[in-house]
Amino acid sequence: MDSSPAQWLRQLRPWLRRRLVDGGQALLLAVLSTSANIVLLVLSLLALVFTVLGVGVFAFPAVTLAVRDLANLNRRLATRWSGEEIPVPYRPEPAGSGIWAHYRWVITDPATWRDLLWLLVSIPVGLVLGLLPLCLLAYGLEGLIGVPVLLWSLDIWYGYGATWPIDNVFEAVLAVPQGGLVLFLGGLLGQRVQHLHAGFIRALLAPTPRETLNQRVRRLTETRSDAMDAQAAELRRIERDLHDGAQARLVALSMNIGLAEALMDRDPETAQRLMAEAREASGEALGELRDLVRGIHPPVLAERGLDGAVRALALKLPLSIEVDVELPGRPQAPVESAAYFAVAELLANVAKHSHAEHAWVRLGHSEGRLVVVVADSGLGGADPAAGGGLQGIERRLAAFDGTMSVASPPGGPTTVTMELPCELSSPKTSPYFETG
Amino acid sequence: MRVVIAEDLALLRDGITRLLQAFDFEVVAAVDNGPALLPALIEQRPDVAVVDVRLPPTFTDEGLQAAIQARVQVPGLPILVLSQHVEQLYARELLADRRGAIGYLLKDRVSNVTQFVDAVRRVAAGGTVMDPEVIGQLLAKNAGVQPLHALTAREREVLGLMAEGRSNAAIASRLFVTEKAISKHINGIFSKLGMPPSDDDNRRVLAVLTYLNA
Repeated sequence: MDSSPAQWLRQLRPWLRRRLVDGGQALLLAVLSTSANIVLLVLSLLALVFTVLGVGVFAFPAVTLAVRDLANLNRRLATRWSGEEIPVPYRPEPAGSGIWAHYRWVITDPATWRDLLWLLVSIPVGLVLGLLPLCLLAYGLEGLIGVPVLLWSLDIWYGYGATWPIDNVFEAVLAVPQGGLVLFLGGLLGQRVQHLHAGFIRALLAPTPRETLNQRVRRLTETRSDAMDAQAAELRRIERDLHDGAQARLVALSMNIGLAEALMDRDPETAQRLMAEAREASGEALGELRDLVRGIHPPVLAERGLDGAVRALALKLPLSIEVDVELPGRPQAPVESAAYFAVAELLANVAKHSHAEHAWVRLGHSEGRLVVVVADSGLGGADPAAGGGLQGIERRLAAFDGTMSVASPPGGPTTVTMELPCELSSPKTSPYFETG
Repeated sequence: MRVVIAEDLALLRDGITRLLQAFDFEVVAAVDNGPALLPALIEQRPDVAVVDVRLPPTFTDEGLQAAIQARVQVPGLPILVLSQHVEQLYARELLADRRGAIGYLLKDRVSNVTQFVDAVRRVAAGGTVMDPEVIGQLLAKNAGVQPLHALTAREREVLGLMAEGRSNAAIASRLFVTEKAISKHINGIFSKLGMPPSDDDNRRVLAVLTYLNA
């Protein structure tokens, strides 16, 4: 490695530029924590005090929401700078829109008070974290490029670092290595400042373990009730299908057979016609039962697992679908079934709405999650927030702690990624016939 | 004609046995599980086998796997596969060796006894028999594709019956027209699809199924 001063200086420049960017970001923190934090802290305290006069009942929730916006901005900044997700701890807004309900909602949420504490502490912390790196960089640069030497040569009373005032040329030149050291320290701090800030944010703005548990319980309650609703609706549908379909047909069938039996001797011709009708009716009943079974648990899923079932599905749809499966084992049956029906619904959507010519399905397993990607080359513009099918899939996956994300810009392509936590069973041992 | 039957439900196994015996088939083995099927097929070398897809002990697709394995060891061994549901995926696997003498039908079809026995005989004779539901799915999937789109409704009907493995005579009687009219339709279909005409029924079915990408 070349260590000539010129080389060293050339390396210093990009390093310095990066440190200045760090310093700039830190400065933003300082600005935010002195301006927005102070304003909101004062407003919050005023709103609290004015609760006695009644005004606070309106004002405090409003100010609190603004505080939450600011806190969320800080969480996002921390996430972007440190790469670590910081969850939001607030309780969900109450369904009713009453003023008291709103007031109670913010006042009973411990996160509100932690936010206030953060508003206060963040002012000095933000100021120090934000300004120190830049100050150190500036002071270090001043020494490094020889400003104290210049000032000393001009006979101006000045000092730098450990020497106040500068008395001789040796002390003046000593400012250069001191400046280098300070610059280095400033850079080091600048590099760390984002992580320090993220740590600070996490300490005060992340949910407490208790709140994390509360959130988990809330989510479980919600998804469990969704799952039970869905299951009840499913059972009702099956009951109705059986009642109006196969069951009714079997009644008609047995009636025809009974009639044919009675007519066998007297009117063999009619009896024969009735028997033919009965056979036809039995075929229709079987067809209906088959469709019903497919909707409950597709036989091919039981026989071939997710891999074969998705391939069988892909063969049925009128577009070219590439299926790529890398599963070293089989997920538990409920997860398998949920994943299959999600893929089936997504592919049906692709065939119906996207005008796509090609679609892809990828199934894989990593980090304890079944990862399913369904993508198409169609028109895009799918929006889960618009309700309908995508939202239904998302809700059904939620019962398994599964998640779904949709990327579908207008003009396409659309990519839906689903993740379901699950273990895989040991690899299948039965011989498997590969299609050529 | 010597038959091997594989079906785990006793009621159905006995029913199919009785039915085939009534039409002068000799049932040389009737097994009720997957592991017993492959040896039965290899040792008995029946003229035709009637095999259920789902069999014990795993109740997955053991019958299908055994059928495919048996045909690897005895190429062209005639097998008619029955199932409660039909899948193009399975049809494709059964057809993969392109040897004919294979059938794949819904179990419901047994209820039409004469047609079912006819299907068993056609498979035994080296023919290919595909369930109308498989063909329906294939045609629906390809419906929008040129030049299939250019076929007339009648031609598509004939194409479907051809793909199921039916002979000209059978297609003619099914559609209540003369055999001559059918062969005219078939010529029309083959020229529209750009396929070489073939008088051999067995090869014709495979050509049509290949065309439909089964």
